[in-house]
Amino acid sequence: MKHSYLTALILIAIIAVIAVGSQIIGIRLYDRIATNLLISLVLVVGLQTFMGNSGLLSFAHIGFMGLGAYTSAVLTIPAQMKGMALPDLYEFMKVVEISPLLAMLAAGVVAALVAAIVAYPLMRLSDAAAVITSFALLVVLYTVMNNWSALTNGPRTLFGLPKTTEMPIAAIVAAVVVLIALAFKESRTGKLLRASREDEVAAAALGANIPHLRWRAFILAAFIAGIGGALWGHFITSFAPKAFYLKETFLIITMLVIGGANTVTGAVAGTVLITVAYEGLRGTEATLNAASSGSGQVIGLTEIVLALAMIAVMIVRPGGLFPNREIGHILTRSRRKKEKTA
Amino acid sequence: MAFAIQFLIDVLSLGGAYALMALGLVIIYGILRLVNFAYGELIMVAGYTMFLTSGSGLPWLLMAVLAVVMAIVFGILTDYVAFRPVRAKSVTAVLITSFAFSNLLQNAALLFISPRPRNVPLPDIFSQTVSIGGAITPVRNLITIAASIVLLAAVAFLMRKTTLGIAMRAAATNFTMARMLGVPANLIISSAFALSGFLAGVVGLLWIGRIGTVVPGVGLEPLLVAFIATVIGGMRSLPGAVVGGFLLALIDTTLNYTLSQDLLKFRDAFTFSLVILILLWRPEGLIKGPASGQRT
Repeated sequence: MKHSYLTALILIAIIAVIAVGSQIIGIRLYDRIATNLLISLVLVVGLQTFMGNSGLLSFAHIGFMGLGAYTSAVLTIPAQMKGMALPDLYEFMKVVEISPLLAMLAAGVVAALVAAIVAYPLMRLSDAAAVITSFALLVVLYTVMNNWSALTNGPRTLFGLPKTTEMPIAAIVAAVVVLIALAFKESRTGKLLRASREDEVAAAALGANIPHLRWRAFILAAFIAGIGGALWGHFITSFAPKAFYLKETFLIITMLVIGGANTVTGAVAGTVLITVAYEGLRGTEATLNAASSGSGQVIGLTEIVLALAMIAVMIVRPGGLFPNREIGHILTRSRRKKEKTA
Repeated sequence: MAFAIQFLIDVLSLGGAYALMALGLVIIYGILRLVNFAYGELIMVAGYTMFLTSGSGLPWLLMAVLAVVMAIVFGILTDYVAFRPVRAKSVTAVLITSFAFSNLLQNAALLFISPRPRNVPLPDIFSQTVSIGGAITPVRNLITIAASIVLLAAVAFLMRKTTLGIAMRAAATNFTMARMLGVPANLIISSAFALSGFLAGVVGLLWIGRIGTVVPGVGLEPLLVAFIATVIGGMRSLPGAVVGGFLLALIDTTLNYTLSQDLLKFRDAFTFSLVILILLWRPEGLIKGPASGQRT
């Protein structure tokens, strides 16, 4: 158990370094990138709680992030702006205006509730059927967000969210989420779930109620995704449903998989690595576009490079950078080894 | 009467296309137990081949053949890039590589061709209509029905009567045993991908014939349809895929006729919710496949 505390300490230290470092440098752009990174971290670690422990790939995560973002938006857009931002909103909701922190919690709860209802039948499925239905779930959530004009302003951009997500809040939420993920991994549910990941039949024979365990993890992941969505919404302040679809799904799955889905350390490492690579590539793309102004825009280059990287990592290290041990565990082991040899 | 005929033709033509899409996916899944996320991109490849050859002055039929051939080539390429290097490792790894490969192809189309829709040449017969028993129907629906009947019969014949088909079915039932009896694993898998690419190419022509243009994301809807049809029908059974395709078409068409304009926007959400209900009732899908063997 001792190495779990070490892991928590190291991961939180990394978050603190990112947060404090970007403040010290004091460049507006870096501040934005670092905040973005921390929000991605919330989402990726959230996905890890389900995917890492159950071993099932879930595509629906970004859909729950969208639910959270819209819930928080509807609850926090100032009453006098609602007429303009959401002209078709139901009457009784027009007067609602609560504090962003409370709204963030509500966003998590709404996402978790929706997940609890829709996911119960889905968790009985395994392997490919589970992956396919989670993909279908993403499409359902997207379709609803795209068309429920009264609450989401339809496919148009929703604007007017108060900008309340600053660096400290993002860092605190990210740190709390990392702690929750580590605690969940070591909890009874987490351990049984990981047993079912390794061998479904054996775990079931030992009395693990696998669908129920997966269901709990899925709800937790959706709750974190909802919180992450609210955090992101108040950071970006205006968005449209297409922000919660395949491109973003690809991005967070890349982060988690390259880092290593089975460990929280992997989730953190992957997020940091891919964010840096992504920003670097996007910068290159922008430079290329500026150089060849007008004739043929460069689009999609970033995604192509990331896709190649992902295939390469899967071939060389199918478990990602941190396939099964957390950073604290690796450190204590290597120290113990040294003591033995000395 | 006219309405009944109209409804029937709609269901059969949509169902035929859906069944072919699902079949292409299940052929791979049956043997490897792996989902090919890059399947929709094969349809995109067929569409862009049509667009790129449209200026060449070739007869349409030749361009169509070329498009199908390209889909087959990319089908086999999927095997080599996304499946073969990681096949023996975890299921998740392969899901992810095929998802990454799908993204790669889509973004390559974005980068090298264009994010905007491109026109695909179509013969006049695709835009004509005929009247059957008082129902006015586009000829392309009848072509789709005919093509799907011919192809489904051909695939059934291939799977039942030829050595290749029997070897594929043997590999789907028990891969290790089939290998021990001398079925060459890589050849069977590559031919399954080629067959899947062939079906995707033909479906691509029929599908893009409905829309008339091709965009990088054109493969998403066929992919989803194939996914859902296979899950309803039973992931491992070829007849199941066909049944699932027609059932999904029936659900979609019925919703199209019965839902009001306001609710029609949510059609996909209704369809998928119905699918969740079917799964609640039969988690294995409607038709069970052959007994499950060990994956490669």
